Amino acid sequence: MTQSVKRHSETVMVPFPSDAIVPARDLGKRPVLEARHLGIQFGGLKAVDDFNLTVGPTEIAGLIGPNGAGKTTVFNLLTKVYEPTQGTVLLDGHDTKGLDVTHTARLGVARTFQNIRLFDKMTVEENVRIGLHNKIQYGMVSGILRLPGYWKKERQQHERAMELLRIFNMQDQADAVSGSLPYGAQRRLEILRALATEPKLLLLDEPAAGMNPHETEELMDTIIRIRDQFQIAIMLIEHDMRLVMGICEGICVLNFGQIIAKGTAEEIQNNPVVVEAYLGKQKGAGE
Amino acid sequence: MAQFLEALVNGISLGSLYAIIALGYSMVYGIAKMLNFAHGDVIMVGGFAVFILMVSNGWQPLLAVIAAMFICTVLGMLIERLAYKPLRGAPSLAVLITAIGVSYFLQNAAQLLWGANPKFFTILDYGNLTVHIGDSQFNISIGKLLSVAVSVAIMVGLSLFTGKTRIGKSMRAVSEDRGAAQLMGINVNATIAITFAIGSALAAVAGAMLVGVYGVQLSPTTGAMPGIKAFTAAVFGGIGSIPGAMIGGILIGLIEILVGTFVSTDLKDALTFAVLIVMLVAKPTGLLGKPMREKV
Ligand SMILES: Nc1ncnc2c1ncn2[C@@H]1O[C@H](COP(=O)(O)OP(=O)(O)OP(=O)(O)O)[C@@H](O)[C@H]1O
Ligand SMILES: [Mg+2]
Repeated sequence: MTQSVKRHSETVMVPFPSDAIVPARDLGKRPVLEARHLGIQFGGLKAVDDFNLTVGPTEIAGLIGPNGAGKTTVFNLLTKVYEPTQGTVLLDGHDTKGLDVTHTARLGVARTFQNIRLFDKMTVEENVRIGLHNKIQYGMVSGILRLPGYWKKERQQHERAMELLRIFNMQDQADAVSGSLPYGAQRRLEILRALATEPKLLLLDEPAAGMNPHETEELMDTIIRIRDQFQIAIMLIEHDMRLVMGICEGICVLNFGQIIAKGTAEEIQNNPVVVEAYLGKQKGAGE
Repeated sequence: MAQFLEALVNGISLGSLYAIIALGYSMVYGIAKMLNFAHGDVIMVGGFAVFILMVSNGWQPLLAVIAAMFICTVLGMLIERLAYKPLRGAPSLAVLITAIGVSYFLQNAAQLLWGANPKFFTILDYGNLTVHIGDSQFNISIGKLLSVAVSVAIMVGLSLFTGKTRIGKSMRAVSEDRGAAQLMGINVNATIAITFAIGSALAAVAGAMLVGVYGVQLSPTTGAMPGIKAFTAAVFGGIGSIPGAMIGGILIGLIEILVGTFVSTDLKDALTFAVLIVMLVAKPTGLLGKPMREKV
């Protein structure tokens, strides 16, 4: 099982915009994400400042940093939960300036949350289908009146939802109320719900939080499998360094809202600035 | 015994009317997270629309009700678009005061348009059903039975709608977690607009029942009392919950009629609200309401 978690030593540096890292296979392809001089200020606090990052269309990227570094805030900027006070975000080449959360999501970005935010009262299948719904657009009238069309769509969506649930072997829990699932299962369901929107870029905020080593191992496999199967980019925030170093092709380190390093797993692990700011501190904090 | 049964039937009938109105409050609260105090006044507009179309224009009852539903739907969506949507994200107190303002606006507009004098509407008489129990008997108005049937149909329809359709599921998602719903690509503004449309169409049906079946006199403030009772019912059942609105509506209707019949007509409103207070002290979230969990 562990063998399938492969390191990607072919990751290279490309000259865009300054020191971007994307895997060799993504070279020459349009990046799925370009953050340029992105920043936001809360009162006097620069929570994120001059954040530049390019993510290739099939890259698995990591965003790490000590607690309070601004990682979740970056996700909130990329999904337009916060409107940046500086800089721009390009998603698949589209400028997101002025777009609201809904329309940014429809450009092909989906996410999970550090503190799980499933629709607790809905079933597992309904949660996944909420994601499907907004990709397959059919009008209210056809939904209500064109019954044959309605039943056909219902069946298609049911099958699609079950397909997605099989990724985490959750098909037997389709009718369970999602709020009643164990913690780990809720985390996995949240990934599937995001995946249902057919994103080009999937953002995972601490996907392994609360998982045991065995579950984390499986999650690593599954993240790679999802990338391979759907050919999408995945960017993840994670404190579990085994996961980050094991599957991320490019890693970006944030400290006090600023990028202090970018590079491959080896580069990051051997970077004295990172060791000082992050790894050292983490050991000291006993995490 | 006959008197009790008659009160029971009348209570359920009045309660089902409250339930339809309560659904409007509860759905809007659940999805837009605001108290739409103008809802009662949309009922009044619906009542006037039915009255004018039938009495002055000689329309068939069913056509008049459908036209009133259309008018109220447009009105509800306009109110939402012009008065509430600009306040999305504003403090809830600002929204509440705006809603009260819209309520007074509608009452004054109605007074300008249709005058302040109450209008009586006694066109519909579907007759009575006489029920014999032993040697006693009592009458049930067929109109009231009809209104119960309509209410039940609406409740079943709404349950199917929210349970089975794409828009219904989006409504539930927005009601649980607006932010997460947006991030799933759900158009929250459109979802809220549809919720207002549905609530206002139901208000028109309620207005038609009030004037056509219950013979309530029509004036610019006609919607206020049923509105506040139905709001009570929504809170009683657990605001934000659709089945809660139905059960709350029926219970408030029953309490009102039973108290009015067996205790005192003068006390029926006071006792109805007293029950609400006791209920809220015992279970602040209402019968079916769930405690709010803040998600950040
Ligand atoms: N809406 C907000 N208003 C004010 N300050 C905020 C807001 N959101 C985030 N912050 C601040 O920005 C900083 C970065 O927070 P953020 O949640 O992004 O950190 P993080 O890197 O995700 O940390 P963790 O690893 O603990 O999840 C913190 O100091 C936080 O208090
Ligand atoms: Mg965080």
